[in-house]
Amino acid sequence: MSTLTYSIPPFVKVSGTLFVLFLGVVTVLAIPRNTEDVQNGPSGTGMAQIFNEAELRAQLAAVDIPPEPWPRSEDYEGLPTAGEVYENVQVLGHLPAEHFDRLMAAITEWVSPEEGCAYCHNLESDNPFAGDDLYTKIVSRRMIQMTMTINSAWDEHVAPSGVTCYTCHAGQAVPANIWFENPLVERPTRMIGDLAQQNQPAVAAAYASLPMDPFTPFLVEDNEIRVYSATALPSGNRTSIKQAEWTYSLMMHMSDSLGVNCTYCHNTQAFESWEQSPPARVTAWHGIRMVRELNNAYLIPLGPEYPAHRLGPLGDAPKANCATCHQGVYQPLWGADVLADYPSLSGPAPGPYGEAETAQATSQ
Amino acid sequence: MAMLSFERKYRVRGGTLVGGDLFDFWFGPFYVGFFGVTTIFFTFLGTALILWDAALGPTWNVWLISVDPPPLEYGLSFAPLREGGIWQLVTICAIGAFVSWALRQVEIARKLGIGLHVPIAFSFAIFAYVSLVVIRPVLLGAWGHGFPYGIWSHLDWVSNVGYQYLHFHYNPAHMLAVTFFFTTTLALSLHGSLVLSAVNPAKKGDTVKTPEHEDTFFRDLIGYSVGTLGIHRLGLFLALNAGFWSAICIIISGPFWSRGWPEWWTWWLNLPVWS
Repeated sequence: MSTLTYSIPPFVKVSGTLFVLFLGVVTVLAIPRNTEDVQNGPSGTGMAQIFNEAELRAQLAAVDIPPEPWPRSEDYEGLPTAGEVYENVQVLGHLPAEHFDRLMAAITEWVSPEEGCAYCHNLESDNPFAGDDLYTKIVSRRMIQMTMTINSAWDEHVAPSGVTCYTCHAGQAVPANIWFENPLVERPTRMIGDLAQQNQPAVAAAYASLPMDPFTPFLVEDNEIRVYSATALPSGNRTSIKQAEWTYSLMMHMSDSLGVNCTYCHNTQAFESWEQSPPARVTAWHGIRMVRELNNAYLIPLGPEYPAHRLGPLGDAPKANCATCHQGVYQPLWGADVLADYPSLSGPAPGPYGEAETAQATSQ
Repeated sequence: MAMLSFERKYRVRGGTLVGGDLFDFWFGPFYVGFFGVTTIFFTFLGTALILWDAALGPTWNVWLISVDPPPLEYGLSFAPLREGGIWQLVTICAIGAFVSWALRQVEIARKLGIGLHVPIAFSFAIFAYVSLVVIRPVLLGAWGHGFPYGIWSHLDWVSNVGYQYLHFHYNPAHMLAVTFFFTTTLALSLHGSLVLSAVNPAKKGDTVKTPEHEDTFFRDLIGYSVGTLGIHRLGLFLALNAGFWSAICIIISGPFWSRGWPEWWTWWLNLPVWS
């Protein structure tokens, strides 16, 4: 064995240099798009959340929860309640008057920081705070009850952070993410038959060409979301591909609303298997049922109260979906414990204030 | 081992890339060479490592054995052997074996004095593999983004990574890759059937037809024939593009786009022409 010799053909040198350059360019282009990745399944399954770091920072910076108006007094024994001090306090009458004032001040910051008290109270009337002459006050009262229901009856979905008005409103009178019935759904079909709401980018489905209204069938009506077959061979599952696409559309909406991908809740080799699903899927399961109840029990019945400009193009009331609270984040407001300072919103039966008013609040 | 008459002519020393005369000989029909030895080395070591990982794992079911990459938390560092370290070693062995194989192809081509089309074509396949287990993991900052080495587990990985971007069929590079894969099979089936049709005349006993017949068939059919040499250029072009865009479609998923792929197409919806 003599000395080690080598020779590299010129073409290989050229293509090798080009390849290294290619890798360099790719790397340089990728650096500003740094991602923050979170594994949420066994290694090697590909179950991971891929977050864009810049987007994450922007989302985190956007969280601007107003500070509490003033510290909550713990010493309310013997003080008069809001029901005793004020007129026509139907839902929060059991609160100590000072807590009631504090909550009203907070709600103003959460919902109508620009318009102030006048957004819900007609300050020009003789009895500005007791009167129910503005629709916004009727709606607000119902929304307070809705918030109490969310915090008390749906803790499988919202505990421990809970929700306040700010969770959805974020300083705006009308939450940014609400939905109406889509007039395009009734498109004439002509020769191509039933398009099943497809063949165009559906914003609700994160711009996929999937059914454009996954909300009515699943978040208002109680249609079956599961379409899979539990057996390897056909055994009577008559679910169609169209139905699967409606489910896919809803799932796209959920992913988009939470800023996560499908593997946040599923191991996609078996979407239906609870054993292989991350725990977030249980939370989401409750969330779907929660939104369905909120739409049917609270939001849709408010339709007659709204002026026309608050209604959708088809005249329906504004409704909620996953994005209404989540706003692109898997835990609204990054899981900030918004309820801690406002236990009066934690339910119609807030222990310290007694049980008597509970029945009244529930009956509203 | 029998040797074909022309083989003696090219079974000569020289043309090696490294090592001069070292391993410059044949073993039966196989050229050995320095890179034949490294191929064997990496192949045996890698396979042994896979068997070792299987022995540590929960099953000997050949469908379920899986050599998993490390958890994401290890980033780009070495992981303990039982937590993905074996995967890292197997990956090194796999790349070593694949690259050795390509370089052995180069040496054989040089001995024969032919072009390097075969090793270059094979290097596209290596590029696709390296994209999956090195380039994209490095760009994302963790070896854990590589795929597991298991018959079923790698399919589960493909499914989940596709769903990381909500609907992978909207990935533009994936669209190109799939189109090239299908077009490759189309071109190959047209080419194969055309050649067989020319060498199997309709009337038994006729002499075989010529490339002129083949060209005329396609000129009659679609007005153009790419020709006998051209079909191979086209075939190689289609096949290499299939592999190349496959690699691109996974490199851009994550490092360059972390949301659902359908949303990427909003640039089209937002074109000033109609928005």
